[in-house]
Amino acid sequence: MAEEVLPLVFMAVMGLSLLLYVILDGYDLGIGMLLPFASSAEKDVMIAAIGPFWDANETWLVLGVGVLLIAFPAAHGLVLSSLYLPVTTMLIGLILRGVSFDFRVKAEVRQKRLWNRAFAAGSLIAALAQGWMLGSYVTGLETQPINIAFAALIALTLPALYLVLGAGWLLVKTEGALFDRAVVWGRKAVLPMGLALLAISIATPLVSATIRAKWFSLPNFIGLMPIPLATTVAFVAVVAVLQRVSSARPAYAWLVLAGTILMCVLAAIGLAYSLYPYVVLDRLTVWEAAAATSSLTFVLVGLVIVLPFTLAYTVFVYRVFRGKATALGYGSPE
Amino acid sequence: MFELDATELARIQFALNMSFHILFPAVSIGLAWALLFFRVQYTRGRSEAWEFAYYFWVKVFALTFALGVVSGVTMSFQFGTNWPGFIERAGNITGPLLGYEVLTAFFIEATFLGIMLFGKNRVSNGVHLLAAALVAIGTTMSAFWILSLNSWMQTPQGHEIVDGKFYALDWHAIIFNPSFPYRLAHMLVASLLTTAFLLAGTSASRILRNVHGPGTERVLRTGVLLAAVLAPLQVLLGDLHGLNTLEHQPAKIAAIEGIWETQAGAPLTLFGIPDEDAGRTRFAVEIPRAASLILTHSGDGVLQGLEDFPQHPPVLPVFVSFRVMVGIGVVMLLVGWWCAFYVVRGRALPRAALRALALLTFAGWAAVLAGWYVTEIGRQPWIVYGELAVADVVADHSAGVMRGTLLAYALLYAALLAAYVATLRHLSAKPAASLQMRAPTPSLAGGG
Repeated sequence: MAEEVLPLVFMAVMGLSLLLYVILDGYDLGIGMLLPFASSAEKDVMIAAIGPFWDANETWLVLGVGVLLIAFPAAHGLVLSSLYLPVTTMLIGLILRGVSFDFRVKAEVRQKRLWNRAFAAGSLIAALAQGWMLGSYVTGLETQPINIAFAALIALTLPALYLVLGAGWLLVKTEGALFDRAVVWGRKAVLPMGLALLAISIATPLVSATIRAKWFSLPNFIGLMPIPLATTVAFVAVVAVLQRVSSARPAYAWLVLAGTILMCVLAAIGLAYSLYPYVVLDRLTVWEAAAATSSLTFVLVGLVIVLPFTLAYTVFVYRVFRGKATALGYGSPE
Repeated sequence: MFELDATELARIQFALNMSFHILFPAVSIGLAWALLFFRVQYTRGRSEAWEFAYYFWVKVFALTFALGVVSGVTMSFQFGTNWPGFIERAGNITGPLLGYEVLTAFFIEATFLGIMLFGKNRVSNGVHLLAAALVAIGTTMSAFWILSLNSWMQTPQGHEIVDGKFYALDWHAIIFNPSFPYRLAHMLVASLLTTAFLLAGTSASRILRNVHGPGTERVLRTGVLLAAVLAPLQVLLGDLHGLNTLEHQPAKIAAIEGIWETQAGAPLTLFGIPDEDAGRTRFAVEIPRAASLILTHSGDGVLQGLEDFPQHPPVLPVFVSFRVMVGIGVVMLLVGWWCAFYVVRGRALPRAALRALALLTFAGWAAVLAGWYVTEIGRQPWIVYGELAVADVVADHSAGVMRGTLLAYALLYAALLAAYVATLRHLSAKPAASLQMRAPTPSLAGGG
C-alpha cells in the first residue's frame, strides 16, 4: 500500500513546489527582465517590490529539486545529467540575479549600473534556460531535432509568461507612472504569451504520441475541455483588464496577476495529466524511480509537520509586506 | 589541464563549488548568532550603538547569505549533474538528510531574513527579535543536516546494501553516526571563530581609518573576546575530532601525519614535503614519539602507516592542508589572547594589535578551507568511506563539456569573490554618519 501511494504523494509535492516556484520566482524573474526598461528611480521601486520575497521564492525550486532527489533518485540522475548544460546555464543566471540584489546597493555607486545589468541578464538567462528544461522534460528528454525545436519554442515562451507575471505583480505593488509603465509592459507581453500557450498546446500532442493518445480519445477529450476553456477565459480577462486599467483607474488591476496565476495552475494540471504516471515521459514511472519506502516514510513525517508551518509563515510575510512598495522600501502599512 | 579526464574534472568542479560555497555559511552561521546578540543587547538598553552594530552587520549578513544561497542552490543540482551514480545508489540515505535541510532550515532562513532586512517599520521589536532568532536557528539546523550527511559519508552506519543500493535500517544511527558530533562541533566553532575575526578585523580597520561609529568599539570587543574563548576550545575539539578519525579512518590520519611505515613511538612531523613515490617525507622536522603520544596518549603507542592501506588518500594535499589549518589556528589563538589582554582590562587596543586584527579579517576562511580539504581529500578515493568509490558514480559527460563549464564557474566565482571582498571593504571604509543608522532604508539596505 505505502509503496503504491508514497511515490504519488511525493510526485504531488514536487509538482506543487515547482508550480509555486514558476509563479513566485516567475514574477521576480519577469521584473528582472523588465529592469532595463525603467528609469533609475523606478528600478529601485521594482527591486523593493520583490526584495522581501525573492529569497523564499527561490527556495521552492530547491524543494522541487530536493524532492526529485529524495523521492526519485533514479530520475534525479537521469534528468539532471541529461539537462547538464541548460541546468548549468540556469544556475549561472540565478547566481548573477541573486547576488546582484545585494551588490547593486552595497557596492560602490559607479558599479550600480553593472549590477543592474547583471540582474537583468541573470533573470533572462535563468528564464530561457528554465524554458528549455521544461520543454525538454515534457517530451521525455529526447534529443531528436523535433524535441530540440520544441525545447527552443518553450525556451522563448516561458520568459513571456514571466514578463506578464512580473507586470502583474507591479500592478499590485506600485502606483503612479510605474504602474502605467507596467500596464504597457503587460500589454506587450500578453499576446506573445497567449500565442505561445496556443503553440505549445498544439505542439505537445504532435511531438509526443503518448500525450496525443491521452488527450484525443473519447470520452477523455470532453472531460478535459474545462482546462482549455478556463484558460481561454482567464486569458481574455487578463487582456481585457490590461486594456482598460491605468494608475488613475486601478480597479481590478490585481486580475492580471490572478488570471495569469490561474493559467499557470491550469497548465500544471494539464501537464500533470499528460505525464502521469511517468516521472520521465515514456522512460520511468514514479514507482520505478521511487526511493525505498523506509526513506520516503522518514521524509514524509517531516514534510507533514513542517510544510504547513512553511506555508503559514510565507503567508505571514506576504501580509507583513502587503501594500505598495516605494523607492525607500517598505514604510508603515497604509 | 588537458590531461585530466572527465572524473577528475568533475571532481575539481565540485571541489571548486564546495570551496566557494563554504566561505559563506562559514560566516553566516556565526554572524546570525552575533546579530541575535546585537539585537538582544539593543532590546535591553535601546542603545544607539548596538542598533548601529545590528544594521551595519545585517547588511553584511544579507550579502553573505545571498552568496551562500546561490552557491548552495548550485550544489543541490550538482549532486545530480556531476555524481548521478551517488544519488542513484545512496539516494535513500542522502535524499532524506538533504530534504530535512531544505524543510527545517532553508525556508525559515529565507523567509525571516526578509523581516530582518525590511521589517523595521512593519513589525514590533519582539517579532524582529524572533525573526533574528529563527534565522540563527535556521542556519544552525542547516549545518546540522549537512554535517550529518557529510559525516555519514565519512563514517557510514545504520544501512544495508542490496544489489549495490543503500537502504536505511536505522535513521538514528545514520544521523548520529560516529564522526558527526565532533565534526558538527568543530564546524560550528569554526564558523563562530571566522565571524569573530571578521567582526574584530573589520572594526579594527574602521578604527584605524577613523571612520568608526558608536557601535564599532563594542563589536570589536565582542569579536576579540569571542576569539579568545573559542580559539583554545577549537584546539580541544580538533584534538577530539582527530582521535575519532584515528578510530574510524586511520588512513586519513596516516596521511595527515605523514606516517609511511607502521611503527611504535611514531614521531610528529612538524614540517616537510611528503614524497609519495619515494614513500618518505623529505626535509622532515620531527619531534620524536610525539605523534604516538598525541594520538594514543602513550609515547610507545603503535600507529598504522600508509603501507597498511592500499587505498589511501593523496598524501601531499592532506599533509599540507592540515599544517595550514593548524598554523592559522595558532596565530588566531595568539592574536586573540593578545588583544583580549587589553579588552579585559578595559584598555584601548594598541595600533599594532588593531593592524594584526585587520590583517586576520579573513583568516577564518583560510583555516576553514584547509580543514575541509583535510577531511574531504582525506576521504578519497571513497565517496562513502569504504563502501562506494568516487570513480564509480561519476557522470559520463565529455571532458570538453566539463572543461567549459568548469571555466565558466571559475571565472564567475573569482569575480563574485572579488566583488564580495571589495564590497565589504567599501562598506567598512564608509564613515558611520553616511550609513544612515537611524533609518536604514530597506532599498539601501539591500535585497536579501
